[in-house]
Amino acid sequence: MKILVPVKRVMDYNVKARVKSDGSEIDLANVKMSMNPFDEIAVEEAVRLKEAGVAKEVVAVSCGAAACQETLRTAMAIGADRAILVESDAELQPLAVAKLLKALADKEAPQLIVLGKQAIDDDSNQTGQMLAALLGWPQATFASKVVIADGKAIVTREIDGGLETLALGLPAVITTDLRLNEPRYATLPNIMKAKKKPLDTLTPAALGVDVQPRLTTLKVAEPPKRGAGIKVADVAQLVEKLKNEAKVI
Amino acid sequence: MTVLVLAEHDNAQLKPATLNAVAAALRIGGEIHVLVAGSGCQAVAAQAAAIAGVARVKLADAPHYAEFTAENQAALIVSQAAAYSHILAPSTSNGKNTLPRVAALLDVAQISDIVAVVDGDTFVRPIYAGNALATVKSADATKIVTVRTTGFDAVSATGGSASIETIASTADSGQVSLVGREIAKSERPELTAAKIVVSGGRGLGSGENYLQVLGPLADKLGAAMGASRAAVDAGFIPNDYQVGQTGKIVAPQLYIAVGISGAIQHLAGMKDSKVIVAINKDPDAPIFQVADYGLVADLFQAVPELVAAI
Repeated sequence: MKILVPVKRVMDYNVKARVKSDGSEIDLANVKMSMNPFDEIAVEEAVRLKEAGVAKEVVAVSCGAAACQETLRTAMAIGADRAILVESDAELQPLAVAKLLKALADKEAPQLIVLGKQAIDDDSNQTGQMLAALLGWPQATFASKVVIADGKAIVTREIDGGLETLALGLPAVITTDLRLNEPRYATLPNIMKAKKKPLDTLTPAALGVDVQPRLTTLKVAEPPKRGAGIKVADVAQLVEKLKNEAKVI
Repeated sequence: MTVLVLAEHDNAQLKPATLNAVAAALRIGGEIHVLVAGSGCQAVAAQAAAIAGVARVKLADAPHYAEFTAENQAALIVSQAAAYSHILAPSTSNGKNTLPRVAALLDVAQISDIVAVVDGDTFVRPIYAGNALATVKSADATKIVTVRTTGFDAVSATGGSASIETIASTADSGQVSLVGREIAKSERPELTAAKIVVSGGRGLGSGENYLQVLGPLADKLGAAMGASRAAVDAGFIPNDYQVGQTGKIVAPQLYIAVGISGAIQHLAGMKDSKVIVAINKDPDAPIFQVADYGLVADLFQAVPELVAAI
């Protein structure tokens, strides 16, 4: 089977986000960018399915500016066979990305699409579910275990209070949670090899998708700062403060 | 304007997260309806009808709604959508799983995880792990919104007398079946609804220590137990204890962080707590920058002392 793995280029998770002084957006100038960590887990899972003989081909996809090529090369260094960039400098919101991915899925006809449960920049947690809806496919979000057997995907999901396991008919969409796997480090030979793997570029127009944003960001602000409190000398003072000052116990 | 709120429940009990979502609906204004979709969930519909401020409960009772699959719930919500200006769900794993599917089927955007309502089109939501708050305005006819429960004080579960209307079921998608579910049973309060949370990090060293050191403190305070991602990744406790950007978001009256350094991802899940206590042996741990009361001490001594003193 063929697996499609959408990946997003985001601010590296170690960088602290800062709001631009005009309050319009997060300042991304000269900031380290990386693959969204949940998408890295998705690439790893797809590559493991290929190594296990379940999948024949892993295709990485990214929607965004030309710089996303770098993210796609990272996906290929982990083990994706080829990549597709849907290039656009426009702001792409989750619904637009889901539509672009739907158009690609119609062309590529994968049996499985695996992607991160959320991107760590906009924290939307929407794209996978939207894509599944547009395709009319079943979905398993927040996956912590994936088994493909007898033409079904058996997926264990992290839900409030515990775990649940679903059996999905294929084709299907799976979104990854943190504990699905630990992505490998791309080795230098694999990074070199990834440079030679095919990377096609398309545009939203070529896919016939309107990517007009539906949401307008009016303002981005820092949250109210929480001031540091005091250091207490010992447990006795802590208990005294909690009882008499904070009155919470 | 009429607002539909998806009820969170387990076919027997309405979950408190529903009350926070109704609170957000009240801020939007207009008439509020609650959708109860499940199987054998008449009792839940009656509980929903008692919520203060709710005008009508729509009940869809069918076997294929029993497991709350996104496919079947989304189809049902879409069948009702034409009557509503806004469709809300709490940002629980069920709400997050289902609502984007509804949005895509209606060809509208979703506004995820709102913490404030500016007006009927404009909402505030955290981005970048809560390091920024974005104010966003929707141009869509129907607003699909998930509600961060800690952003809105729960409305009263009693005092309402909504009518209950049984609505037609949509067809079973037949695409998904439940294999099994493991829900941890605990005598302690639920993490996201608890007034006090005792949370542990990597500093505890092991799963045994986590339970032996923190368990008595949680018992004494009647607290829920939480954990940092580091503690979950180290295998001390299951992932549903995790507080943080990608775990649970909590805002209790009192949050006691024990052996937690305070990574950005963790702070994103607890910094709206009313009072934060940090116990850590490292005086430079970032957790002290948000703690109201910091105690620099060896947790293995300080926590038992604390248990004895309260």
